Amino acid sequence: MFDEPVAKAIFGRLTLESFPIHEPILLVTFIVVALLGLGLVGAVTKFRLWGWLWREWFTSVDHKKIGIMYMILGIVMLLRGFSDALMMRAQQAIAFGANEGYLNAHHYDQIFSAHGTIMIFFVAIPLIVGLVNYVMPLQIGARDVAFPFLNNLSFWLTVAGALLVMISLFVGEFSRGGWLNYVPVTNLQNSPDTGPDYYLWALQIAGVGTTLSAINMVTTIIKMRAPGMGMMKMPIFCWTALCSNVLAIAIFPVLTGAFALLLLDRYVGTNFFTNDLGGNPMMYWNLVWIWGHPEVYVLVLPVFGIYSEITSTFTGKRLFGYSSMVYATVVITILSYLVWLHHFFTMGSGASVNSFFGIATMVISIPTGAKIFNWLFTMYRGQIRFELPMMWVVAFMLTFVVGGMTGVLLAVPPADFVLHNSLFLVAHFHNVIIGGVVFGLFAGMDYWFPKAFGFRLDPFWGKVTFWGWVIGYWVAWTPIYIVGLMGTTRRVNHFDDPSLQIWFVIAALGALIILIGILAFVIQIAVSIINREKLRDTTGDPWNGRTLEWSTSSPPPPYNFAFTPQIHDLDAWYDMKDRGAGRPTSGFIPIHMPRNTGAGVILSGLAMALGFGMIWYMWWLAALSAFALLGYAIFHTFNYNRDYHIPAGEIAAQEDARTQLLAAGA
Amino acid sequence: MAAENTGFYVLEEEHHETGSATLLGFWIYLMSDALIFATLFATFGVLRTSFAGGPSPREIFELPLVALNTGILLVSSITYGFAMIAMQDGKLGGTRAWLAITGLLGAAFVGVELYEFASLIHEGATPQTSAFLSAFFTLVATHGLHVTFGIIWLVVMLVQLQQRGLHAENRRRLMCLSMFWHFLDVVWIGVFTFVYLLGVVA
Amino acid sequence: MREQPFSAMPRRLKALALLSSTALLLSACNAAVLNPAGDIAAQQRDIIYIATALMLLIIVPVIALIATFAWRYRKGSGATYDPNFDHSTVLELVIWSVPLLIIICLGALTWWSTHLLDPFRPLNRVSASKPIDPKVRPLVIQVISLDWKWLFIYPEQGVATVNEVVLPVDRPVRFDLTSTNMMNTFYAPTLAGMIYTMPGMRSTMHAVINRPGTFEGMSANYSGAGFSHMRFKLYGVDRAGFARWVGRVKVSGPALDTPRYLLLEQASERVPAMYFSTVDGDLFRRILQRCVKPGTPCSGGMHGGSAPEHGKPEGAIFKQGEEKSGGESVTPNPGTQTSAPAPHPHQDH
Repeated sequence: MFDEPVAKAIFGRLTLESFPIHEPILLVTFIVVALLGLGLVGAVTKFRLWGWLWREWFTSVDHKKIGIMYMILGIVMLLRGFSDALMMRAQQAIAFGANEGYLNAHHYDQIFSAHGTIMIFFVAIPLIVGLVNYVMPLQIGARDVAFPFLNNLSFWLTVAGALLVMISLFVGEFSRGGWLNYVPVTNLQNSPDTGPDYYLWALQIAGVGTTLSAINMVTTIIKMRAPGMGMMKMPIFCWTALCSNVLAIAIFPVLTGAFALLLLDRYVGTNFFTNDLGGNPMMYWNLVWIWGHPEVYVLVLPVFGIYSEITSTFTGKRLFGYSSMVYATVVITILSYLVWLHHFFTMGSGASVNSFFGIATMVISIPTGAKIFNWLFTMYRGQIRFELPMMWVVAFMLTFVVGGMTGVLLAVPPADFVLHNSLFLVAHFHNVIIGGVVFGLFAGMDYWFPKAFGFRLDPFWGKVTFWGWVIGYWVAWTPIYIVGLMGTTRRVNHFDDPSLQIWFVIAALGALIILIGILAFVIQIAVSIINREKLRDTTGDPWNGRTLEWSTSSPPPPYNFAFTPQIHDLDAWYDMKDRGAGRPTSGFIPIHMPRNTGAGVILSGLAMALGFGMIWYMWWLAALSAFALLGYAIFHTFNYNRDYHIPAGEIAAQEDARTQLLAAGA
Repeated sequence: MAAENTGFYVLEEEHHETGSATLLGFWIYLMSDALIFATLFATFGVLRTSFAGGPSPREIFELPLVALNTGILLVSSITYGFAMIAMQDGKLGGTRAWLAITGLLGAAFVGVELYEFASLIHEGATPQTSAFLSAFFTLVATHGLHVTFGIIWLVVMLVQLQQRGLHAENRRRLMCLSMFWHFLDVVWIGVFTFVYLLGVVA
Repeated sequence: MREQPFSAMPRRLKALALLSSTALLLSACNAAVLNPAGDIAAQQRDIIYIATALMLLIIVPVIALIATFAWRYRKGSGATYDPNFDHSTVLELVIWSVPLLIIICLGALTWWSTHLLDPFRPLNRVSASKPIDPKVRPLVIQVISLDWKWLFIYPEQGVATVNEVVLPVDRPVRFDLTSTNMMNTFYAPTLAGMIYTMPGMRSTMHAVINRPGTFEGMSANYSGAGFSHMRFKLYGVDRAGFARWVGRVKVSGPALDTPRYLLLEQASERVPAMYFSTVDGDLFRRILQRCVKPGTPCSGGMHGGSAPEHGKPEGAIFKQGEEKSGGESVTPNPGTQTSAPAPHPHQDH
């Protein structure tokens, strides 16, 4: 049936074979996911929540709601990305000698590619963007970001990319080129299947979202700070958010360009990265790593900002060396753009080129080290309260410095000649990403959850999460450093040397301990919601915070601040508390707010249809979606009715309710 | 309570100049677009001598045609400038007229470029022939695609100007389109110099 | 606000973790990387040790400080609380200059060692105790990574092997490397680090092996379906053993002429060691210039580019109906082998 010309015209290269009906693992996964999905849809329908979801959440342009939606996306994708990790650990623990394991290369190679792609693009980026989205406008005393509609669109474009990657699990196949979709493996000749196309289209779509979001955040920080908040009176988290987003703007277009060229090779038959007719695969490697290295700093800089805020708050002291921290952040931002070649020292660029990039890489450790010392001296002569966020900070400091050390080691080219692409490398980057980014995200979630929802997270399950992750990380990754030093390379699904097996078994055990941490995190959220009255915070400032977000109610009203704050000093909220600033309780004026819109959802849905059509060679679907995309975008510009005013009476009612809450709690 | 508030909250009506955020944001977007072009220029730089037995620049570039096209685009930037002057003077008719002329010139530019591509392909110099040609076609066509989107945007502006006149929002959009149009002009100068001129001279 | 009593557990558990990691690390001392048979790899290992030691100079005190400050300044410990201590010029100077000094040392080490151990650079010594003999020419071995096996050509000896490379002890070797389709890295951990093999490009790596033995080799850059099994054996033998081995190869296995090479080039996985008694002298150059197949024009080096030997697929939007496949990539199922000559089992020397 699918061979007839009509069917081919409609379905492109989609056939019954594209569905994994012969793969038991995928089949079972699909059934479970389908049941869960149907259950969710059923519950939403039963409780008649579709209207509410659409009106209050999906079409919202409120940075707080969009921030929360990003976090949910990131957490859901974390579960998928971690499942891939568990599968890899299991395979590598058993596949020795005659035992081939349960995953052949065909599946294993998709799993490691999907794992990396999902973790970076659909877990780390959404969680970071989510936190920056939620917190930054509050910290600068603004009511929203500069471009609220664009914010909504960025979120849904990211969702569209994530959905395409998830669909690839059940329809067709994912890429086998690693998380950067390397050529020559992903050239049309070597991989004519849907894999690289899923990767490229998903990330092009999500990439547009991320770029627009970065432009949004930078404009917000530059243009919308409260009066009196000069750049050097801005919370350090906003500085790191600024530098991270500037860096993102500087790099994502390069990735977009590189992917566009590979797409042209695959769809039009051009010769950018082919082995023949003048193509140069090394160019692809250079372009993606010009993106790839700064990307990890895009992820880690905001997390450094989170650590700064938490350390300062929970030691009861101003951050040590604020100016120094700012300069260090800027220096890291600039330097990170100059080191990309250290990802392929072994490609034979010659000793002088290698040395330059190696030394430049090492130099980044100087400002990074300065930050560690500054956190240390913030702790010095402080009164440290070891609430959960602060526990994560200490765990980060101890873990991350080891990862930084192995990074500087790899930056020495002769050392890299031996360790390139080994499991030592894999352990290094998981060391800094887990010890740095993941721990920081958990710290940030524990810290700011009460602000977003009005009740704290359950401390007991938070501690289980913490120990699961910290112990699990060390048990899982120390053996990987060891096998790396024994000369084991990465992306391999079978080993001949039996002496390695014990290390992989220990690593698998570590992964299971991390699984406990992840499950505990899910339980923590559930238990906190169930016990929310016991965990309730009515003050809006449960941690005795120092920055402006803690001056609002928890959760903040839609307009954030009834009156824009006037800033006099760094740590503005601490300054207000210190000098007895009272909250205005009358004289409210109407507030100008942006309207919700469904345009983001619709445009992203069309983008997803375009991607799907291109992947499966359903040219009619691609063309139709492309025209609809353009048409709807133009149509949207004819809507000039994008804002409204909240009447003063409504604001008064909201503020009065808060006044009563504060009085009751005092 | 109210007396202690002064100094910590802004209590009067705020006058936001929301336009400036839009212009900054659009400028930053243009810089990201510049980076995409930078990537394409860099790729062209690496692949510019990879002829793979196929034609070289000297064999296929028709400089007089390219010079004509460059002239068309440069003049279109001038006419857009006149449109902006008319806008500053509050002249709706003048604005729309100069915009329309700009659009026509832009369309002529794209038309000439399409003609150039068609004749190249007809001669057998296709994007699939060699890496040099892949890079050439992609860089020039990406620029042409941007100009096309600019023309579409321009047409939409003409309609919206007719509907609402020189409304503040329309002015802001015209300023963004202005930045976009001039930016494409600058990129073309880069293309003209590094691709066409250097290709024929080197 | 509820206060949490600080528990000593976090600090102690972490210290334990770090100690046991170090112990475990040291236990890997027999490993190929840390106890290599090749002089270059030995020097690379020494660089690893020196760099690590330099960094531990900072890292160990930092970790100690973190643990100490976290413990000493916890709320309720009674230590001095100085909420206004947020700046100290002296401290800042120390904070920035101490890491700077370490990095200057590391930077100097980097510059010097990167030039010394540059794979393109001929060896300046055979081992720590043996200088180089200017009269001895390096043994040249041409290395080609195919999908998914390694082809080694010994041009001076006129023989070739698949997945087996034999080196005479203490004789400098120069590897000339290229690839047919994928990018791989030629990596025998015990020998001299690794270098990429790239289609249409020639890499160079100088190495020497200093003791006899049997060692592992692999590709360390993912290159497709057969990557996990793209392994070769590296043997170190004395001069007489090497001559005997060459002699044995010369009388076993077929000739590696063009038709046999084109057969070999076809995708196959888990290929056992093979010997070829003779090899076309020109073969490496033609592989490098991507014109092994008769009639294909040779690419003139890196610039220009070559015509594809086996044809190039059309871009997706130009493909005709029947050609469009949503199916597998052009790789066979695992386990199949090419119909090349019967593999020759390696014999002990």
